[in-house]
Amino acid sequence: MPELLQFAFSGLTVGAVYALVALGFTLIYNASDVVNFAQGEFVMLGGMITVFLHLAGLPIPVAAFAAILITVLVGLALYAFAIDLARGSGAVQIIIITIGASIFLRGVAQVIFDKRFHALPAWFGSEPIRLGGAAILPQSLVVLAGAALIVALIFLMIDRTILGRAILATATNRLAARLVGIPVRRIVALSFALSAAIGAVAGLLVTPITLTSYDVGTLMALKGFAAAMLGGMGSAPGAIVGGVLLGLAESFGAGLISSKYKDAIAFLIILFTLFVRPQGLFGKRSTERV
Amino acid sequence: MERLLRNRWALVVALALILAALPLVFPSNYYFRVAALVNIFALAAIGLNLLMGYAGQVSLGHAGFMGIGAYAVAIGASRFGLNGAVAMLAGAAMAGLLAFLVGRPILRLKGHYLAVATLGLGLLISMVLTNEAGWTGGPDGMAVPRLELFGTRLRGPDTWYMITAGALVLGVILALNLIESPTGRAMRAIHDSEIAARVVGVDVAAYKLKIFVISAVYASIAGSLMAFLNGHITPDGTAGFLRSVELVTMVVLGGLGSVLGAIVGAAMLVILPQALTIFHEYEHLLLGLIIMASMILLPRGVIPSLLARLRGGGA
Repeated sequence: MPELLQFAFSGLTVGAVYALVALGFTLIYNASDVVNFAQGEFVMLGGMITVFLHLAGLPIPVAAFAAILITVLVGLALYAFAIDLARGSGAVQIIIITIGASIFLRGVAQVIFDKRFHALPAWFGSEPIRLGGAAILPQSLVVLAGAALIVALIFLMIDRTILGRAILATATNRLAARLVGIPVRRIVALSFALSAAIGAVAGLLVTPITLTSYDVGTLMALKGFAAAMLGGMGSAPGAIVGGVLLGLAESFGAGLISSKYKDAIAFLIILFTLFVRPQGLFGKRSTERV
Repeated sequence: MERLLRNRWALVVALALILAALPLVFPSNYYFRVAALVNIFALAAIGLNLLMGYAGQVSLGHAGFMGIGAYAVAIGASRFGLNGAVAMLAGAAMAGLLAFLVGRPILRLKGHYLAVATLGLGLLISMVLTNEAGWTGGPDGMAVPRLELFGTRLRGPDTWYMITAGALVLGVILALNLIESPTGRAMRAIHDSEIAARVVGVDVAAYKLKIFVISAVYASIAGSLMAFLNGHITPDGTAGFLRSVELVTMVVLGGLGSVLGAIVGAAMLVILPQALTIFHEYEHLLLGLIIMASMILLPRGVIPSLLARLRGGGA
């Protein structure tokens, strides 16, 4: 029983991170139909930049803030110098561009930083909290709270602000949005910036637990994408639920079945979803017009 | 020139002549090795191009099939004592069978979904190769016994250059024949509009599956040849995600639906990083830049852009 509780907690923690990555995916996908495979690199950058600015002597909060800022600039650059230039290209070309961007960012990180694993100190110490026989790291609670806060902020923004309405309008119908005077390209750029910020925050929240290195982004992106798909592409609540479910499935699967194939669980789930319910849990079934 | 590029037998003869003439100008074994790698990746890219350029289906996990071919010859020869050539055919059969089994459900998907499903498939294959260390040697990989044919051990990059060149010419002939066959026409119809193809009576699912199996066999053979050439294989080097991305980039860079394009794309993506090895530390950085730049600057691919320019110039 304590093990199951333990699995549930670690699953929720990882799941919260997947949920954030999936949310970032969804923002960009909704605004521009772009599937951004470089999403995981935002997570990597958030963690790595914080680590190295901290090593350079900056206090952690300052380093974290700077890391988010730099990652946002990277996100904007990705849009301006790659995605925007390739407007009108096919879906496959755009996918390859974002994969190329992810390889590029990984290469840059490898040159600027190094190839080793790095940790950040936990925010509130690393003395585990005992609960029903399970041990919970205080940092796990930070991750959960942080993720919840970000999700709440994003939903509030989309629901309550003019900017959020513009994002929603762009996601619903780009042409109509442009016709009513919404600067669609700026909105798309904004979605890249937002999603980079979310990724960076996810990265610096989770680094004290999972460590970080230049190449953590690839698997992170794939799993975030898997989570977004499980929830239903384009659905923000779906991204959250999908992320948490994926985290739980991975944690229980690794604990009860095989930890060697932990990373495979995500893909078995995704293949299963695709075959059984391709639109995901919250997605709308789409029909193709001839 | 344009007619020459369009005539398929002219293409085969020209390719065979170039491949036969190249050894005359190669100064060292290193060149044979790189050229053999180009042949191998061109073979895999031609297979993938049949799937992407003609059947219109993307696969981000095609290196998985290369991995199957590579490990089939390594495991078959070292653990079961099979002759390398037999093991290569067994690997191709296994890759084809796997593609056949997973193809029908996977190919029902479209766009991003298909991309992710195939990506997941490739990842699963490379995960099995990494984790089943008892068979595969784990992440460090395993040695590949030399291929022995008619009592001679085949070794040396020059020998393997000849063999891979032969395989490439054969692969090109088969692909061109397939494209001109009824299957090829059906595939092009599917690519233009799946629904229209179905309406005129094309069994869309069956053709897609057929091409998927064929492209998997191409990749598997290429994987086996790479294993023989290198003498040592790793899961990342054969079946890794990066390999799959490279294959897709070769196809798109060369030009979707162009057999010649697949060869050009493979040559560019194999030779360019080799030429840039002085910047070893910057390998990933440069590869990422090359991939992004080629997609942004040449979204239609080298060969189709070239053809369009020739046509424009002639008019």
